[in-house]
Amino acid sequence: MESPTKPISYLDYKGEYKGILGWIFSTDHKRVGLLYLYTMLAFFSVGAILGLLMKIQLIAPGYTIMGPQTYNSLFTLHGIIMIFIIVVPGLPAVFGNFFLPIMIGAKDVAFPRINLLSWWLYAVGILIVLTSQFMGDGPPDTGWTFYAPYSFQTATNVLPAVFGAFVMGFSSILTGINFVVTIHRMRAPGMTWFKMPLFPWTLYGTAWIQILATPVIGITLLLIIAERTLGIGFFDPALGGDPILYQHLFWIYSHPAVYIMILPAMGVISEIIPVFSKKTIFGYKAIVLSTMAIAFVGYFVWGHHMFTSGMSGRALFAFSFLTFLVAIPSAIKVFNWVSTMHKGSLDLQTPFYWAVSFLFVFMIGGLTGLVLGSLATNVHLHDTHFVVAHFHFIVFGGTGFAFMGAVHYWFPKMFGRMYDANWANLGWGIFFIGFLALYLPMFYLGIMGMPRRYYDYLPEFHGGNIFSSLGAIVLIAGLMIIFINLVRSARHGTKISEKNPWGGTTLEWQVDTPPTLENFEEIPTITGKPYDYN
Amino acid sequence: MIEHRDDQGAKLGMWLFIFTELLLFGMLFVVYAVYRSMHPEAFRIAGEELDVTLGTINTVILLISSMTAAMSITAIQKGNKKLCLQLLGITILIAVIFLVNKYFEWGAKFEYGFYPGSPELHELGYGTILFFGLYFFMTGVHALHIIIGIGLFIYVALQVKKDKIHQTDHVWLENTGLYWHLVDLIWIFLFPLFYLIH
Amino acid sequence: MSEEKTHIVPYKTQVIVLFVLLILTGITVAVTRLEFGALNTLIAMLVAGIKATIVLAWYMHLKYEKRLLPMLVAGVVILFLLVLFVTFFDYSYR
Ligand SMILES: [Cu+2]
Repeated sequence: MESPTKPISYLDYKGEYKGILGWIFSTDHKRVGLLYLYTMLAFFSVGAILGLLMKIQLIAPGYTIMGPQTYNSLFTLHGIIMIFIIVVPGLPAVFGNFFLPIMIGAKDVAFPRINLLSWWLYAVGILIVLTSQFMGDGPPDTGWTFYAPYSFQTATNVLPAVFGAFVMGFSSILTGINFVVTIHRMRAPGMTWFKMPLFPWTLYGTAWIQILATPVIGITLLLIIAERTLGIGFFDPALGGDPILYQHLFWIYSHPAVYIMILPAMGVISEIIPVFSKKTIFGYKAIVLSTMAIAFVGYFVWGHHMFTSGMSGRALFAFSFLTFLVAIPSAIKVFNWVSTMHKGSLDLQTPFYWAVSFLFVFMIGGLTGLVLGSLATNVHLHDTHFVVAHFHFIVFGGTGFAFMGAVHYWFPKMFGRMYDANWANLGWGIFFIGFLALYLPMFYLGIMGMPRRYYDYLPEFHGGNIFSSLGAIVLIAGLMIIFINLVRSARHGTKISEKNPWGGTTLEWQVDTPPTLENFEEIPTITGKPYDYN
Repeated sequence: MIEHRDDQGAKLGMWLFIFTELLLFGMLFVVYAVYRSMHPEAFRIAGEELDVTLGTINTVILLISSMTAAMSITAIQKGNKKLCLQLLGITILIAVIFLVNKYFEWGAKFEYGFYPGSPELHELGYGTILFFGLYFFMTGVHALHIIIGIGLFIYVALQVKKDKIHQTDHVWLENTGLYWHLVDLIWIFLFPLFYLIH
Repeated sequence: MSEEKTHIVPYKTQVIVLFVLLILTGITVAVTRLEFGALNTLIAMLVAGIKATIVLAWYMHLKYEKRLLPMLVAGVVILFLLVLFVTFFDYSYR
């Protein structure tokens, strides 16, 4: 390659392929990250519209805009899209790919071609899932959990949906392998484990869960496929199988998957808070250790999703106890973040707003999780709207807010342009109000006994549902302001070339804006700790 | 683009992949353990239907193939390309024999009407249905891994032939070997759990 | 990245390992014919465990690797056993 005088930005680089091919065949970790981002934004819009449609259906009892079968297939597709396409790959696939190598001082991930393959598997998985919507027997109506025995008794297109999720599992595993090897082998000289920034640390914990938990869902989905096509009988009571065993296998993956979603979100928050408090992070080691503790203990709490399924009494106690245990490291983190802000000089910018609102909703989500984790209350609240509110506070409120924070934090670095801060703040405000109005009433409705996954409800739940549905409309309005602002700014925003607009201390703020093709012309040597503001 | 070679990293990546395989089969062993604990007697009787001789032969030849795969790495490290190729050939041959045995074994079971979803099997009670369901599914997934292994070995052998894999660059061969030992490792547990139930 | 010296396992070692594995296979098959009750399964799993350890250590080179890999493998095995254990919290007490 000829030596250009100035290293070229990854956005302007012209490789073998031109136009869109230059993206979908690029092994550059930054371009792969953006491929994921664009795919996710597209499907997030679809998933959000599905959610809005369901809320409009629930604005009044009885038939509003759809019947029961449509409602069932809508919440199934909404779940599959939001879980398997958005939040599970979510932060690692977008910001992990883009910033992990830069933050540890590497030129790319360990296996760039496998990284591109991950995106391709992801895309193919999505296409397979989509075919389930358009084939003869109608879209699947099992919910994203594909619970046995219904998942092999329904006549709907469960197979493509399950197989698509299986393929996306491979994608997730490959990303995990890539990140673990990258972190083990490619940290810049001098960057010892405890000098590594916190976002890479949480990605490390997440990657291990991706490696160790995803195969469980892989084989479980394969068993569902065998059950449907061969009538093998593992989960069919008519053939001696135990449907509860399906639930065990499903949640052995799907609970750790919650930590795949939330750990990197905690990482993002740990990056944003010190930068906008201009203060060294409080309890760096405690955050690192609690990350690994969550990853480990989180593997053994799956049974709390099955308290009313008919497990043995001892299993109930064990899982409830372990669930309470895993709350401790999460709480440690919240204390660390709050202590970091304490007496800092707060810089009130959009990413910081997202981070602080994350703390708020994450705490509500976490504490209501404990309500569900204790046996007696769980029996009352199981399968009610309380559960729906709880996991939306964690998954949408936790991961979603962190994702928004991450977009607004790293946007100038990624695109070399700045977004309009006023619109961004306004979008945040409306979104936040809409979010609370949408989900807070669901806690109340759940306690009053409104079950989830029904298109209809008793008249006494009408008031809460009107509130919640109006909240959904407000939330979508906020979302549109945010999206339009970001999309417009990515193309026409004010150009910046400043390396460090926020005053961050991690490596990504020391490389060019936008980063050059190889990130670093010379690999840096690390001497100090991250987040050093003294 | 950026090409850098890191054999240690490549091997670590392969091991991580092996972990995913271990957990994938591990969950099948969990399913097995649960159902065997529910129907110990039916599992014992059904296990006696399997051909111990054929199972033992497959165990022995798979162990031998593990050795030849391991030796092929020694051969390439010593620069002995010809021996390496011969050993890879033997490994592939054994893998094929393993599948042929499996084919006859499965075929015999099918003839008796022992296959998932068969009416004969459904008359024999829960334990037997579950045993044969597990038997076919687990040995089936294992056989799929054997087939992938054959593909990998053929690819690796071609690379050795073209000198793309040689004395100082053989991480592909090593990783394929690791994969093959994993396949053996799984069989080491499948064999007693299905053929030797007492 | 510094090029690490690779350890070459002699052919002789590999043949010895095979013989040990074959002997252990013979033992498991033979033990099936004896009557130990519930112990039979335990013995079968113990022998399989020993065989697996031998394959991991010699054929998969763990014996010659740095500490990281053996530790990770042990971790994965422990994780699996814990999952099995926790699952049986349900099935043993139903
Ligand atoms: Cu959970």
